[in-house]
Amino acid sequence: MTLPAEIVGTAGLEFFGRISASISHEIRNALAVINEHAGLLEDMTLMAEKGVPLDPGRLKRTAGAVLKQVQRVDGIVKTMNRFAHSVDEPLKRVDLAETVELIVRLFARFAAVRQVGLSPESPLTSVSVATRPFQLQNLIGLCLDYAMQSAGAGGTVKLSIAPLPEGGADIRFAGLPVSALTEAPLTGEVAQALLGATRAVVSLRAESGELILRLPAKIEGVS
Amino acid sequence: MRILLVDDEKEFVATLAERLGLRGITADWATTGEVALAKAAESDYDLAILDVKMPGISGLNLEKLMAQQHPRMKFIFLTGHGSASDYHSGIAENRVIDYLVKPVNIEALVAKMQAVLKS
Repeated sequence: MTLPAEIVGTAGLEFFGRISASISHEIRNALAVINEHAGLLEDMTLMAEKGVPLDPGRLKRTAGAVLKQVQRVDGIVKTMNRFAHSVDEPLKRVDLAETVELIVRLFARFAAVRQVGLSPESPLTSVSVATRPFQLQNLIGLCLDYAMQSAGAGGTVKLSIAPLPEGGADIRFAGLPVSALTEAPLTGEVAQALLGATRAVVSLRAESGELILRLPAKIEGVS
Repeated sequence: MRILLVDDEKEFVATLAERLGLRGITADWATTGEVALAKAAESDYDLAILDVKMPGISGLNLEKLMAQQHPRMKFIFLTGHGSASDYHSGIAENRVIDYLVKPVNIEALVAKMQAVLKS
């Protein structure tokens, strides 16, 4: 029998690998755009050497496009850096709004490939919980996978955070067609182990087309 | 030679098409598989260069659809992953697919295009 801790550890590595692969893909895409613009500048220079006049407006647009891609890569790397540091402390107090925003950014490419929109409430409600940050991110990722699968191509998953009177909060994934909510969510052993590790509970509210992840205010071992 | 470039990164395909044009190669582009299929139905392309992972129809599925409709068309895949898995997914169906990893050197791409068209 595989222990929950082993399942969580293996799932964590898979999650980290999946996110890292997606980010490297995004960086390669940006580099490919930069490469073409730089190549175009080189082509224009070679043409200028042969007497073709340079177009200053074209040069300016191309340089601007390169700068835009550099900013894009900078944003991707900052997101990756935040994600990488989420394993620094196994138990920590985190802001759920920041965590959900981070996961939405990390899942943007997965959503685009599935042709699903991700729409976090603006601004997300800030709620502080003491938890296992990396396992929580992994769990939110599983919820998003379920929600995106349910929403289907052309759908939009709306994310919001609702504080609970007793502390803790619900993370809501709304916009799911009732007809798609036929299977119980997160029943696999990985999901169950992550729910156990974060003391979270997941439920479906079929009538409103919502998946709800309920998180306690704190788990043992965190102040 | 008439080329169709398909990639969901608009700036990438548009700029690459412009650079191929400077080399005397006529290149149209599309950012979705659906638009690519429509363009291929209207024009007689010799070669399609396809991104592997795209929203909607993936590059591998797009190649299958285009190959059915345009049996003479040749294909090259571009991947941002740089992993062998996408490549091997072609071999698994007893096909050897030609591919390049992004970012691409345009002279290497042109050489690959010429080699694929001669094969």
